[in-house]
Amino acid sequence: MDLLLNVLLGVVVAATPLVFASIGELVAEKSGVLNLGVEGMMIVGAIAAFAGTVASGSYVVGILTGALAGAAMAALFGVLTLTLMSNQVACGLALTLFGLGLSALIGQAYSGVSLPQFPRLDIPVLSEIPFVGPLIFGQDALVYLSFALVAAVAWFLTRTRAGLVLRAVGENHDAAHGIGYPVIAIRYLAVMFGGACAGLGGAYLSLVQTPLWVEKMTAGRGWIALALVVFASWRPLRVLGGAYLFGGITIMQLHSQALGLKIDAQILSMLPYIATIVVLVVISRDRVKMKLNAPSCLGKVFYATS
Amino acid sequence: MSGVPILKLDRITKTFPGVVANENVSFEVGQGEIHALLGENGAGKSTLVKMIYGVQKPDSGEMSFMGEPFAPSKPSEARAKGIGMVFQHFLLFEALTVYENIVLGLSAAEAKTGDLRQRIIDVSTTYGLKVDPDRLVGTLSVGERQRIEIVRCLLSEPKLLIMDEPTSVLTPQEVSVLFQTLRRLASEGCSILYISHKLEEIRALCSKATVLRGGKLVGSCDPRQETAKSLAEMMIGATLNKPVRQLPAPGEIRLKVQELFMESEEQFGVDLENITMAVRAGEILGIAGVAGNGQTELMEALIGERACRFGRQIQLDGVDIGTQGPRERRARGMCFAPEERLGHAAVPGMALWENTLLSAGKTNDLARGGLISLFNANRFATKVVDDLKVKTASVKSAARSLSGGNLQKFIMGREIMQNPKVLIASQPTWGVDAGAAAAIHGILIDLAKGGTAVVIISQDLDELFTISTRISVIAGGYLFPSQPTEELTVEKLGLAMGGRAKEVDAAKHAANAETAGA
Repeated sequence: MDLLLNVLLGVVVAATPLVFASIGELVAEKSGVLNLGVEGMMIVGAIAAFAGTVASGSYVVGILTGALAGAAMAALFGVLTLTLMSNQVACGLALTLFGLGLSALIGQAYSGVSLPQFPRLDIPVLSEIPFVGPLIFGQDALVYLSFALVAAVAWFLTRTRAGLVLRAVGENHDAAHGIGYPVIAIRYLAVMFGGACAGLGGAYLSLVQTPLWVEKMTAGRGWIALALVVFASWRPLRVLGGAYLFGGITIMQLHSQALGLKIDAQILSMLPYIATIVVLVVISRDRVKMKLNAPSCLGKVFYATS
Repeated sequence: MSGVPILKLDRITKTFPGVVANENVSFEVGQGEIHALLGENGAGKSTLVKMIYGVQKPDSGEMSFMGEPFAPSKPSEARAKGIGMVFQHFLLFEALTVYENIVLGLSAAEAKTGDLRQRIIDVSTTYGLKVDPDRLVGTLSVGERQRIEIVRCLLSEPKLLIMDEPTSVLTPQEVSVLFQTLRRLASEGCSILYISHKLEEIRALCSKATVLRGGKLVGSCDPRQETAKSLAEMMIGATLNKPVRQLPAPGEIRLKVQELFMESEEQFGVDLENITMAVRAGEILGIAGVAGNGQTELMEALIGERACRFGRQIQLDGVDIGTQGPRERRARGMCFAPEERLGHAAVPGMALWENTLLSAGKTNDLARGGLISLFNANRFATKVVDDLKVKTASVKSAARSLSGGNLQKFIMGREIMQNPKVLIASQPTWGVDAGAAAAIHGILIDLAKGGTAVVIISQDLDELFTISTRISVIAGGYLFPSQPTEELTVEKLGLAMGGRAKEVDAAKHAANAETAGA
């Protein structure tokens, strides 16, 4: 029972950064922008949050710094791809490499510094229920925030006018421009929201998961987040489910020996990507569904013509 | 018709680098008037209405709307004043529902007033524009999509409705329904600015016409008092000689298609169902139909871009070629001119002489042993340009630098100079001015005289009636048996174009409901 609880608590910790990063990327992609720089935005968010917390002594300030740093990275990506109309794939890859380098540079001063355990939001009484209590009512604030964020994004995209406009921009930017919506401005906002979320994901890594700064600590989670968006076929609630599934696989790697599994850790770490490819193949078979969910203008450069 | 005109343009001028799009254009639109704006492609009609709708700004000149000075800087300002516009290329989102599309076209305040869903149903029943708010736009026909655009405009109760070439995508029956709607709107006091180069339509619908040529106003008239010929001459500024179709008796069957079934690869494409046809030497078979009824797929199958399952499904002079690709078919003497000029029929960034290599390389010995013969390729390209009077600086100009009509002439010339056994052309005069269209039609007729079997896929019924010897209709991926042109009328064809489309539509609707529920 204790082992199971530990594993499940581990899954939450592993899944939360993925939830943040992929829900942000989902919003950016729904507006038609493919930002492959999630890994770079996450790692910059991680070091910024760590540095911010150390400097100010406040987790709130640290988390905000992480989100802002991610948004700043995304804004840089926006300048390159939206204003200067560069290729989104190439700029996204460059953003990842740039982020890894920049974070290592800033992080030199912080290696070896450690932070106290991130506080849990133990809800009185309820969190004392055995098993269920610590799992559902004893998490930290960021975990609850991640759930709230997914719900908010789902509501925004399907129930609000602004969400409809955002989807319209991703679906057909020429028509949206023709009707009179500011395509580029909307995409900037979406991309920067995506960056802020990736920054939060990074902050979770460096403040909660291992309250330490370690170079390259994102270790490919940005790529998993990207795969997750496709895996979830651009649906917010499926992103949540997918993040917990992929988080679970990650934790299985750690506990595979304790659980008596005879699978190599390397094979387990391949699983999220294999699952994504399988899902892509499956959803591509149904063209109508693919068309409904995948933004038609994803990755296409928008030239304003009148 | 009260005294004050609803819209008044005074000496409007607009220039783009190198081109004067409009020069000192002045005219007035009265209240409740259906006013035609007539002109050839490139005459400056679209630029003019874009300025009225606030998409572009005039360089000089003044406009007034309902007696007040009017200078919209963006479409939403024009909309707020009471101007609605239906563009030639619809501003619609395929993956969204009709309702969502309409919401996107209204301002936030407009979308909130009253029960929008009810208002959509009210407007659509009042004006006979049937729309289902919950359908996905991607599953709708072009005619239905146009209805959404019109409903979207009518919801904001416009005083002036601008329609840019609205009938180019409709069946004759859909056109008459549209005209009823427009007449009703006009009788209720809404003015309509109707852009077209289809003369018969303008004569049937409009009470006033303003004619543009080369960006300048060349006259205004009451189209009901004019003949189509006099309007056309006003529009092109020259007398128009229609090509005469006088063909010898047809010879042997050259192209035969039988029992061709093919599933579409496109998202909202059409599957070909049991296509059967035969074209003889000296015949011109016209294939009529509303856009998106399988023309693209049929073209792909005939070109060989998608191979058939069995060789015998397509035969050229009795030889099975169904499984062969485009290069093999070309080598056997077939030539093709696809609909899309830039990107499909020609490479935009390549020079004209380079573009001749792509289709005429083998047949005209432009390349030998893997090496290009510069001399032969240049000579061939120069001959095409000279014989067809293509306006271009030289054969070294990039294909994209030519105007649509000129490039089309070049492409047609490149194909016919290979003396094909079978020529297949899709929309050969789409977006081409009347003079160039007449030239292309003449070329096609000459080619048939020489014993070529010609297949023309077109949505322009006038064109098909002018040049085809036989016409058949494609609807929902099914090709009706062809009939001699003399025995056909526009009404007969129109029924075939619309009738079956409705059945197919019902089936699609059912399938769609199924996937939406899943």
